[in-house]
Amino acid sequence: MSATLPIDKVAARRPLLRRKSAIPGFALTMGVTLAILSLIVLIPLSAVAVKAADQSFSDFLKAAFNERAMAAYRLSFGAALIAAGINAVFGALTAWALVRYDFPLKSLVNGVIDLPFALPTAVAGIALATLYAPAGWIGALFAPAGVKIAYTPLGVIVALTFIGLPFVVRTLEPVMRDLSADVEEAAASLGAGRLDTIARVILPALAPAWLTGFALAFARAVGEYGSVIFIAGNMPYKSEIAPLLIIIELEQYDYAGAATIAVVMLAVSFLMLLVINAIQGWSRRFS
Amino acid sequence: MSRRLRHPTEDPAWAKALVLAVVAVFLAGVLILPMVSVFFEALRKGVPAALEAIGTEDARAAIKLTLLTAAIAVPFNVVFGICASWAVAKYEFPFKPFLITLIDLPFSVSPVVAGLIYVLVFGAQGWFGPWLLDHDIKIIFAVPGIVLATIFVTFPFVARELIPLMQEQGVDEEEASVSMGASGLRTFWSVTAPNIRWGLLYGVLLCNARAMGEFGAVSVVSGHIRGLTNTMPLHVEILYNEYDFVGAFAVAALLCFLAVVTLVLKTVLELVQPQARPGGH
Repeated sequence: MSATLPIDKVAARRPLLRRKSAIPGFALTMGVTLAILSLIVLIPLSAVAVKAADQSFSDFLKAAFNERAMAAYRLSFGAALIAAGINAVFGALTAWALVRYDFPLKSLVNGVIDLPFALPTAVAGIALATLYAPAGWIGALFAPAGVKIAYTPLGVIVALTFIGLPFVVRTLEPVMRDLSADVEEAAASLGAGRLDTIARVILPALAPAWLTGFALAFARAVGEYGSVIFIAGNMPYKSEIAPLLIIIELEQYDYAGAATIAVVMLAVSFLMLLVINAIQGWSRRFS
Repeated sequence: MSRRLRHPTEDPAWAKALVLAVVAVFLAGVLILPMVSVFFEALRKGVPAALEAIGTEDARAAIKLTLLTAAIAVPFNVVFGICASWAVAKYEFPFKPFLITLIDLPFSVSPVVAGLIYVLVFGAQGWFGPWLLDHDIKIIFAVPGIVLATIFVTFPFVARELIPLMQEQGVDEEEASVSMGASGLRTFWSVTAPNIRWGLLYGVLLCNARAMGEFGAVSVVSGHIRGLTNTMPLHVEILYNEYDFVGAFAVAALLCFLAVVTLVLKTVLELVQPQARPGGH
């Protein structure tokens, strides 16, 4: 509308702050964005903090760090860390194979990598529990050696590995694709063996993306619930994850207790978010 | 270069074979066998038994609720995603990275916590509990709570797909359109929308998959009332816990089929629109 006016008048009519943009709709879209963000995310999330603060500090500490809660954190964080580590190794090999090698059914394999993003976690949970149970296809391979996977912390690690895999593969893939062949050729022409080249040229270039993928997989795994509860066994102090503890306290109408554990988990999530952002900022400086 | 000689940036054949073998075993154990086993377990007692499990009244109610939830949550997040990406990509303002982090926040919140927050706000003991009770409005242990929890967990999908896409496209075309007299809405429809449609579709696809499959958040707010507040994933859990494995896996197979369709469409979209980055969770 304003464009039908002579240009000098348009410029004169515009307030200082919006001088840069001729496009209408800032107030509307920003308003809708902030309103929905506040109503759906920010205000409800603050309820957790308010509820957790609704008790004395010593009660808070007791609810947050009692023995059962500590066991649950240890399992949730420990298993998430191990699963992210497994994904860092095998996910990197998978990404490498997808980028560098040709093999049959490659596009199919490439599609399957994203399965954990698309498959409902409950479906993954019952499938993994059945597969890794002592009588299941994979569990039966380990049962003769006396290794139980399903219904033990090992089962938790399996489920969290499933959940985190695409994060590592999809973070590493583009970086591997962008590795310039010149550097590798230079290393080779200067007499480095293939292993030397990988260890001293390729791996350092991948490090930031690798760390990001690891952190993303870890962050996703810490809060995971659906795929874990079917395979975990859910024994207090042994195979009970932190999100399950929240549900148990909710079922006992202990809202403050549930909110307290949620606050601890949220604090760790925010910390992870900061770490991931820091790694990405750091990697941008190197690329 | 001779075909016998290995290019210096190529791995030796034995290393290739080893990596491929390890990757094959790993992917088989973690991804492929679980997916195959869903269909195998569903059909353990034959096709009729599986179909019967999907056709029960409770199962059909669960399918309906899941479709209804997705039908509300996905369009809601499309509207939010378009508004948010327009505001973020087309204008300059302070604290922009902070706003983007806030939009991404639901991804780093445990699904169980996502359900808990709505119980604390709308539950009987929550902030609005007494008021809602007085006015006979049920949110928790009812459909509105399920929809809210689903919106929360799928909140960033569309926005995070569109923001980088719109940022990349800049503001030149929109400015040209506006300067030639088009209104903001017209500019959006005829200039911006065609540029972002594939990215939008990509975001909708992932958003929809998560909306239909969400378990943890919905589980907290649903109350598990059969035929009323059970979504498909919750129905899977109930059947599984009742040792009705064929039934549980039959409904699971339906969800798994949806996931496969999602992956196929996603692959097609990535071919159509190479900018659509793979994997955006």
